[in-house]
Amino acid sequence: MITIDNYAKPATLEEAYKLNQARSSRVMGGMMWMRLGKAHVKTLIDLSGLGLDEIHDEDNVIKIGAMCTLRQVEECEALKELFGDGIAESIRHIVGVQFRNQATIGGSIYGRFGFSDVLTAFLALDTFVELYDGGIVRLSDFVNRAPDKDILLSVIVRKGKRKFRYDSIRRTKTDFPVIACAVVTGIVHGQETWYFSVGARPMKAALVEKKWEIPADASEEMIADYAKQVVSEFTYGSNMRGSAEYRRHLAEVLLRREMSSILAEGR
Amino acid sequence: MEIRFILNKKQISIDVKADAVLMDVLRSLGCKSIKCGCETTNCGLCTVWIDGKSRLSCSVLAASVDGCEITTLEGVEEEAAEFGRFLAAEGGEQCGFCSPGFIMNVLAMKRELQDPDLEEIKEYLAGNLCRCTGYMSQLRAIQKYMAAQKEKEVQA
Amino acid sequence: MSMTGDHTAKSSAEEMRIVNHAVPKVDSEALVTGKAVYTNDLAPEDCLIVKIIRSPHAHALIKEINTERAEAVPGIECILTYRDCPDKRFTMAGQTYPEPSPYDRLILDQRMRFVGDAAAIVAGTSEEAVRKAMKLVKIKYEVLEPVLDFRKAKDNPVLVHPEENWRSLCPVGADNKRNLCAHGVSEAGDIEAVLASCEHVIDRVYHTQANQQAMMETFRTYTYLDAYGRLNVVSSTQVPFHVRRILANALDIPKSKVRVIKPRIGGGFGAKQTSVSEVYPAVVTWKTGKPAKILFTREESMTASSPRHEMELHVRVGSDDEGNIRGIDLYTLSNTGAFGEHGPTTVGLSGHKSIPLYGSPEAFRFTYDVVYTNVMSSGAYRGYGATQGIFAVESAVNELAKELGMDPTVLREKNLVREGQVMPAYYNETAKSCALDRCLARAKEMIGWDEKYPCRDMGNGKVRGVGVAMAMQGSGISSVDTGAVAIKVNDDGFYSLMVGATDMGTGCDTILSQMAAECLDCDMKDIIVHGVDTDISPYDTGSYASSTTYVTGMAVVRTCEKLREKICERGAYYLGCPVDDVEFDGEKVTNLKNGESISRKDIGNKVMCFNNEALSASEAFSSPTSPPPFMAGIAEVEIDKETGVVEMVDYAAVVDCGTVVNPALARVQTEGGIAQGIGMALFEDIVYSKKGKDYSNSFMQYKIPSRLDVGNIRVEFESSYEPTGPFGAKSIGEIVINTPSPAIINAIQNAVGVTIRELPATAEKVYRGMQELKD
Repeated sequence: MITIDNYAKPATLEEAYKLNQARSSRVMGGMMWMRLGKAHVKTLIDLSGLGLDEIHDEDNVIKIGAMCTLRQVEECEALKELFGDGIAESIRHIVGVQFRNQATIGGSIYGRFGFSDVLTAFLALDTFVELYDGGIVRLSDFVNRAPDKDILLSVIVRKGKRKFRYDSIRRTKTDFPVIACAVVTGIVHGQETWYFSVGARPMKAALVEKKWEIPADASEEMIADYAKQVVSEFTYGSNMRGSAEYRRHLAEVLLRREMSSILAEGR
Repeated sequence: MEIRFILNKKQISIDVKADAVLMDVLRSLGCKSIKCGCETTNCGLCTVWIDGKSRLSCSVLAASVDGCEITTLEGVEEEAAEFGRFLAAEGGEQCGFCSPGFIMNVLAMKRELQDPDLEEIKEYLAGNLCRCTGYMSQLRAIQKYMAAQKEKEVQA
Repeated sequence: MSMTGDHTAKSSAEEMRIVNHAVPKVDSEALVTGKAVYTNDLAPEDCLIVKIIRSPHAHALIKEINTERAEAVPGIECILTYRDCPDKRFTMAGQTYPEPSPYDRLILDQRMRFVGDAAAIVAGTSEEAVRKAMKLVKIKYEVLEPVLDFRKAKDNPVLVHPEENWRSLCPVGADNKRNLCAHGVSEAGDIEAVLASCEHVIDRVYHTQANQQAMMETFRTYTYLDAYGRLNVVSSTQVPFHVRRILANALDIPKSKVRVIKPRIGGGFGAKQTSVSEVYPAVVTWKTGKPAKILFTREESMTASSPRHEMELHVRVGSDDEGNIRGIDLYTLSNTGAFGEHGPTTVGLSGHKSIPLYGSPEAFRFTYDVVYTNVMSSGAYRGYGATQGIFAVESAVNELAKELGMDPTVLREKNLVREGQVMPAYYNETAKSCALDRCLARAKEMIGWDEKYPCRDMGNGKVRGVGVAMAMQGSGISSVDTGAVAIKVNDDGFYSLMVGATDMGTGCDTILSQMAAECLDCDMKDIIVHGVDTDISPYDTGSYASSTTYVTGMAVVRTCEKLREKICERGAYYLGCPVDDVEFDGEKVTNLKNGESISRKDIGNKVMCFNNEALSASEAFSSPTSPPPFMAGIAEVEIDKETGVVEMVDYAAVVDCGTVVNPALARVQTEGGIAQGIGMALFEDIVYSKKGKDYSNSFMQYKIPSRLDVGNIRVEFESSYEPTGPFGAKSIGEIVINTPSPAIINAIQNAVGVTIRELPATAEKVYRGMQELKD
């Protein structure tokens, strides 16, 4: 159980950042996971009221405020237009509507949880995060940083034309994933690039990038070989939801299906 | 700390601790419809509306609802009773312990989704667990209720 | 005097006004509008908060407890340890005295027998104070080697209950010096000889988990002393009268000192047939004189409660080439955990309610051991051992069908028990009402078995299979369960129906009122029903063992018959004529000779003035038999051939519960039981650490099905008529959980050829099975 001495709702980001520098301060997101931990928090900092609960559709990027709920992201038309149903697919299985009306994108990303669907999805999209002090950094770098006292302000997805697929395997439909896989392709620096993100291995999502040019009419065998190759670049572990071996198999199946689906679209 | 919010259309001002959760505060204010089923955000029994959206009151800090508008089943009793008659006709309340949270989310769905199909209904309500009924009777009740609502609209 | 009819003999075809109709539950309006009707809604504000410090070790002795600093926390009222509790063992099992479950518990014990066992009780004026104090209680444990593998428990040198004051009240084959909670054999014919002469013998071992009932309302109780200095207990329980005895035993006080009240209950499914939470606030109130309350957290409800007995079942089924089943041999090893609640009895059903599904084997044998181990104690969960036994026997029969190359429904049609047959493995009872053949035939039609069996490749990497199972249960415990009912006539002639059977959401207050209204020829609104209060309600063993409809229902019928006689007598008296000349039609008593009549309303008012005879009746019922309901279930599943993921598509179930008293409620019971069965078959896993800690300790880790996980569930009834039951009714509450596990496992088998013998059938197990078939 978490105990909290003071609740603060700062009026500016600067104030929030200052409050958060104390060792026993914490920034709250949706309070979904933090509440379950056993912590004594001296000052809990609520970022609502700072305009971080909006999704901005800008010229080149979509900027998702850290306090946006997962439900907002799930229903975001701009993201749907760009990437199809993939983003919603990565969110809709998470517990229930009430949960997703409350859990924030900032909390999901900042927490860097192993089971995170959201992290898996956004990692594949070559996403950036905006930090109050640290500026804009790649999510793939942020994900491997130790938690610090900076504040996550927004998640930034560039609008470049890309194809995105997301899939997961779960024991029950609203359980944590046994495995979560995302595949994205697009042109980077004039070259076709594939991004593969695999989460819930059960370790947190990791990203593999491949400069592969795969013809749209590639045979299923060929695609399977690519999937096999990329799957071997991740590590897997066992927990109560599945063994490492099974997870690896699932990742291979899902990544192959996602690649295959992307390639079929190009035919 | 003192917080102010609107509860079922009434202005409330109350002193709460920084780590008080909304569920406990609302129950202490007499909203006994709110139940705790799991403590881990999985069951949906504690569903209330905050500014019109279904939320899990077990995981909302009371401090954070300062200035918000909160609705519990007590605040939509007539509507709940109306849907409840459809639910009871199917026997879909059974033990009744999950009914308040479930009904709150059904009524939220009614406000949010236009003509949802069966799959959409199931998905919207997936966060409301029930161990008694196997869910089928609840779905029948929702479909009959929605059909009756539509009929009402047509007549009006 | 003429009566409207003998209600037990009323034929099911005869038009009934209220019974056999989908009447909404009498308490539904309060429930759907969220009224404060449950235990915690009713508890006084000033209750002491009671919490339990639980053992972190699977097996340990408390060497030292220091409560000094904790007691100094402001608001702490008392901290109790084993030194404060009577050293007199009792059982928390809600069973009729003398209980078959051994007396192996103390409120608090020096020996810790599982991770989560109660080490100390802390009570204080606020949640905060109690939590703070709990951290300050210092306990030194001597950690002992635990018995964690139930296959190695019998005759293990480590004893779970070495104590000398352990006691078994009934001859159930228990021996605490061998870690044995029960042992037994029952048989007919020479099973070894029959199996030796069979052309086909299936010899398999199956394993089921300690599933959690997972009712939405966790265990909870509050207690206070009344004006007479008696202990009043308001509790979410299925067994108020047993709780009265259990608390008297636990506290070592006279039973007359205890009163138990049952408000609305948020589900039980057997969990609350064990007195899981009552003793803790009770001992606090008894010691302090102050009201006290305990609410189990979900984690406590998952780790220190009363789940299904984990069982390993070794089945041998023998048949000839034509598929005539000639013999069934079953050995059940049941894990009762740290304490013996329901251990000796659940195991019996694993054989007695599975083997008799098959009409006429030449021989059967059923042997069992129930062992103590250092995991949480088991208890009663819907199905009560029948679920585990039926999973094993039905799975073995499906494997036999596979070996014979026979359609499993055809194999069943050949062998299933039929009306009029004597069931040797069911205490030689005769199946007086049995529509199992019709249930199976109808379930096949509903699912389209002949088109779908065994499987259909959907062409998208997925394959759909169908699978079948049958089930039976009982209707109450024969020659044990007793239900008494009282009805009194009040002013304006309304009736008070007093029952001791506990409505736990299942609607027995409603269906018993329906029966009374049918018998008394009145409307539902003319009857009020009172929740259970052991000071007021007539005795009832409680709502378990599928007893309420059948046992208490018959008591209602008898009581109504008696009351009708009395109403006729009073009416005749007021009309001034012999009782033989009158008729009661529900509204009025009429003198048939002259047409003069007096209304029930007037009689009700008249007996409240210058009257020397109470206008009320009370009758009891207990049955020498326990007529089984029967059922057939067919599952259709879709399997991803690459990942092994199993998806429920459809479930067709047909139940013979005799006359259906309330079709809406019976249908929901069935749908709900099937959903729980689906959870057991596919999702609900129990994972322990190597040291005996239960990881499946929340709804986050123990996954009960959501509405997205159960597929479509379709239920129909094929009624038989049970001549010994009220209006021809039998039970419905438990049987409904028994078919999903074997039917789903069979569907998986028919879809991809993989046979899962250890539940739950996770996608990974199916995938591994498919890999093995490939190799």
